[in-house]
This record gives sequence, C-alpha cells and structure tokens, in this order.
Amino acid sequence: MHIMEGFLPPAHTAIWYGVSLPFVAAGVVAVRKTLREHPETRLLLGASGAFAFVLSALKIPSVTGSCSHPTGVGLGAVLFGPSVMTVLGGIVLLFQALLLAHGGLTTLGANIFSMAVVGPWVAWGIYRGGTAVGLSRGVAVFLAASLGDMATYCMTSVQLALAFPDAVSGIVGSLVKFGGIFALTQIPLAITEGLLTVAVMRILEHYSRPDLASLRLLAKEKAV
Amino acid sequence: MKTTVLLILLAIVISIAPLFMVKKQGEGIFGGADDQAKALITTVQPDYKPWFSPIWEPPSGEVASLLFALQAAIGSGVLFYYIGYRKGRSSVETAKPVKDEHASAA
Repeated sequence: MHIMEGFLPPAHTAIWYGVSLPFVAAGVVAVRKTLREHPETRLLLGASGAFAFVLSALKIPSVTGSCSHPTGVGLGAVLFGPSVMTVLGGIVLLFQALLLAHGGLTTLGANIFSMAVVGPWVAWGIYRGGTAVGLSRGVAVFLAASLGDMATYCMTSVQLALAFPDAVSGIVGSLVKFGGIFALTQIPLAITEGLLTVAVMRILEHYSRPDLASLRLLAKEKAV
Repeated sequence: MKTTVLLILLAIVISIAPLFMVKKQGEGIFGGADDQAKALITTVQPDYKPWFSPIWEPPSGEVASLLFALQAAIGSGVLFYYIGYRKGRSSVETAKPVKDEHASAA
C-alpha cells in the first residue's frame, strides 16, 4: 500500500518530490522516444500500463492477516525499460491519490519513488542480470516482477522509518516495525505478481512476437 | 497455454489460501496494511498530526469499492483488448500463406 495523505512530514514530502522529479522527467523523455522510434508498440505500451492499473487495484489477503496489493510495474519495466514505467506507474498513483484517497498528493513523490522508480529499476536490473547469466526468460521475468514488487514495499518501509524513527531503537527499530507490516505481508503477493507477469509474458510471446521483436526482446536473446 | 493456465490457477490459490490459513478473527482482520502502518505511526510518534487530508474521499466503502472495481475493469479491458487484437492479427497472418498454397495448388 502507499503512504497515506499527510503521513509524511513536510520536509520529507519535499525531499521525495525532489528525488523523484528527475526520474519522472527522464521517463517522459523515454516514453516520447519509444513512441517515436517504435510507434507500432504504443498498444503494448497501453497494455503494460493497464496491467499495472489492474494489479494495483487488487487488494489481496496475505498470510499476515492483512491485505495489500501488487504493483504490476515489472511487466512494463522488462518490456520498455524502467524509465517508461516511472511515467505509467506515476499515472496510476495519481489516479489513486485523486479518486480513491489511496496514497496522496503530499506523499506522491515518495510513492512514485518506491513504486515507479525503485520497483521498475529493480525489476529491469534483475531481468537483465538474470538473462545474462543464462536464466530462462520465464524464470527471469518471475524473479524480476516479484523482487521488484518486494523492493517497492521495502522502500516504503524505509521511507516511513526515516520519517518516524522509534524513540528508543531509532530508524533501524522503526524499519523492522514497518518492514514487519509491509514487507512480510507482501511476500505471497510478490509471488502472485511474479506468476501473473509470467502468464502475461507467455501470452505475449505467443501472439505478440512482432511487438516483442520491435522492442528487441526476442532478437537480443537469440544473440546471447 | 496449459502452463499459462496453471500459473494463473497457482496465483489464485496463493491469493485465497490466507483466508483459510489465518486463524485470527475479529475486528481489523484482513484490513489494509496501510491502516496498520498508520496505527504504527501514531504509536511511534503519538504527537504526529497529518498536515494534509485528501482533497476528495469516496463517501463510503461502497463508493470506494466501486472505484477500485472500475480501475480493475478499465485496466483489464485495455489489456485484453490488446491481447485479442494481437491474437486476431497473428491468426490472420499465419492463415494467409495457407490460402496462397491452395491457390497455387489449384
């Protein structure tokens, strides 16, 4: 889940906006570049955003007895690169902040950083690293999507721990507490997100070979 | 395709299993993790006051769930439009050469 409206002190709000802004700017450039160089992939771009839209709407029960939701940004990060997903993930977060009172405008910078920067970059890095060391695409996509999802929620825990250090045990103590809420809850959800991302990727490999080839996802691996 | 269906089934099982595994009951069970985080913030820093509240909030749980359902519906609509479009195109493209073969055979 995202950090709720008003639940970051003003200084933290400003810092996280500042940190996220360059990534969003780079993302806008990346989206325009993708649309200019591969206009045929714009439908797939929409579908990747839609995947994040669906998954972040699904509040799923977890073994900790609470509910949380996946992020869905791993798929697009693997297909289009992390910067593109910063924009799409940011749109999802803005929608939820404005219409659902889920997350918020004062916490948007921080939430963009965790869900639309850290998540996609981790997912993309793991996919690239995984295929480079010879993992099959299915396994690499699974790890990318699930660990990207986990990374987002670990980042949220870090952000809250920095803003609300425990009076006795400090930032580390606080991190353990927030991690206990967000990261633990997220483990089964991250696995679910990994499975669903692989399922969609398999469908794409079946029916969308031209799009994947445009994005050099198929050609690149043939060379490896 | 069989593997894909199995992956989706497994995802469904993992999502439903906690409902049977968690024995705790009562108020707040399967509530949002963000509500728990909010509660934790108020225990860690009891004097913290949120300095901004949402500009607009869904007036009830029903309206909120309507909007979440709408978000999921729009997302899956776009996603499956794309998959259907691509499926149709790929079947048209693979069907063509077969037709040509028939024409040359005749």
